[in-house]
Amino acid sequence: MPHLVELRDIYKIYHVGDSEVHALDGISLTIDRGEFVAIVGSSGSGKSTCMNIIGCLDVPTSGTYKLNGREISNYSGDELAEVRNKMLGFIFQQYNLIPKLSVIENVQLPLLYGGYSDKEQKVRAMAALERVGLASKAKNMPTQLSGGQQQRVSIARALAGDPSVILADEPTGALDSRTGRDVMRFLQQLNREGNTIILITHDNSIAARASRIVRVTDGRIVYDGPVEGDENVAHQAAAGREEG
Amino acid sequence: MSLTKSFIMALSSIISNKVRSLLTMLGIIIGIASVIVLVSVMNGLTGEISSIFNEFGTTSLTTSITPRSNKEVKPEELYEFAEQYPDMFAGVSPNVSVSGQVKTPDSGDDYLTGSATGVSEDYYDIKRVDMSFGRFISYEDCENRSKVAVIGSYQAMYFFGLSSKAVGETIRINGTPYTIIGVIEEEAESAESSSDDVIYIPYTTALKANGTNIVSSYTVDAASDEVVDEAKALLESFLLEKVGDSDYFTVISMKAIIDQMLEMMDTMEMVLVAIAGISLLVGGIGIMNIMLVSVSERTREIGIRKSLGAKHKHIMTQFVMESGTVSCIGGIIGIILGVSFAYLAGRLLGMDVAPSMGAVGLAFGVSVGIGVIFGFLPARKAAKLNPIDALRSD
Repeated sequence: MPHLVELRDIYKIYHVGDSEVHALDGISLTIDRGEFVAIVGSSGSGKSTCMNIIGCLDVPTSGTYKLNGREISNYSGDELAEVRNKMLGFIFQQYNLIPKLSVIENVQLPLLYGGYSDKEQKVRAMAALERVGLASKAKNMPTQLSGGQQQRVSIARALAGDPSVILADEPTGALDSRTGRDVMRFLQQLNREGNTIILITHDNSIAARASRIVRVTDGRIVYDGPVEGDENVAHQAAAGREEG
Repeated sequence: MSLTKSFIMALSSIISNKVRSLLTMLGIIIGIASVIVLVSVMNGLTGEISSIFNEFGTTSLTTSITPRSNKEVKPEELYEFAEQYPDMFAGVSPNVSVSGQVKTPDSGDDYLTGSATGVSEDYYDIKRVDMSFGRFISYEDCENRSKVAVIGSYQAMYFFGLSSKAVGETIRINGTPYTIIGVIEEEAESAESSSDDVIYIPYTTALKANGTNIVSSYTVDAASDEVVDEAKALLESFLLEKVGDSDYFTVISMKAIIDQMLEMMDTMEMVLVAIAGISLLVGGIGIMNIMLVSVSERTREIGIRKSLGAKHKHIMTQFVMESGTVSCIGGIIGIILGVSFAYLAGRLLGMDVAPSMGAVGLAFGVSVGIGVIFGFLPARKAAKLNPIDALRSD
């Protein structure tokens, strides 16, 4: 069985004036089904670029990217859209809900683009909302919900299409620490249910919730292994356990 | 994604931005309304004009001949000629004008300066004269050179105060008394110099009054609309033979005049519609402008949609649908306004103004077309956005 995510020698090079900026400088990484990986790094480390490439929102300058065994580095825009629709679920820091659509309409969006029938969209979106415990808010507008609730809606949206990978980009960044912990607990639960989750964060205490750490610095992977092996995260993890 | 779904999406987006949507539509509304008003009013005007001309008879051929010795055309000759072609010609009437003072025995110093036209009995059918009292000039009147006159309602009102009182009375033209045998139906409110300001006498009587026997003008009636041109050609060849030189006579076909007039009206209508069309173009550019603004404002939304798997065609459909719907609604409002204004204008001008279904249909088609065409560019801009850049924007 192929790896779910397989990055090989990925470079992402931007040209700023005359100089080249290597946002990703030769990254190789494999992620398998059922993993909960945190890609950790400070801002400017290249972790966001990494997530954009894994999320098929951006294409690498060079290198190969196989998602579920399929080489997608040279897919067209529409083909990438299809991959995002069928295989990936996004959870963003700013929730990225469309404010003028109701909660359920937001959750329906990936299903709409996936070509599901009207009825099927509603059924699946409702099921996803039930999983995050917001079925009762289906008709509300996103602005009527709290930040934590909005993030749960966006998780429901990510789950609705039944993706192979859930990509969470700083999912707790805009939330207070308690709500943030709730969201993380929910992601852990999703992982226990068998979902593959890739978490992108700069926050070591958040990363500590994952089971594997990939630390990125200056576009390179400097650590890839269990939580316990990464000094900073391990420290935070220990602190977290003490906290309760 | 179904079209109905994207239509509903477009509609809710328009509703959520009411004022802006209305302003965007304004150009289309004004453009469509003015096209419809112009087309309707021009149609009404054309109808009005052609009905006026049709009253005179579209089949009549007005012939005038410059008199030259031994080259004149005698009434008998023209009658004989016309009778040879019964399927071409329906009637012939000489036109002999007698001008001078018109008065009655009782009117004293009060008189009208005018003219009487000597005609034959055929004139009644050629010009479709409607009598309100009495009768028109008969064949016998012409044969006998009777001193009888048919007068218009203007003369009747002027001298006798009432059309019904005129019949049997006497009218003097340059001193010669004529018995009034009929009064023509009022057509133009009995105004001076209007079609109600007429006096008809037998052409033989008129020739005698003028002291001549040369007729220099005839009205010839073609048998039907279809044969007017043929009859005209036939008449011209006859006159050429008689007169000898085509410079000395003219045949004017009423139908040709009307056709020319209608053609002119058509051209005018086209020019006016083209001018109104400019406002449609401006309206279209307005839509494009707003759609471009809307695309920039919603860059983030587009990014979100793309990250969730929206393809090029999805984003295209969304924005083209939106601009199409805006301009479509504008078109409908424009049609409603245009039709109402057209009826109002018809009321004010006293015309029968009916907006044609064709114009309304075309206007609607044009407004949808404008929306789609001018929405295309902004939609493509939206669809081409890089998802990552779009997501990052605020």
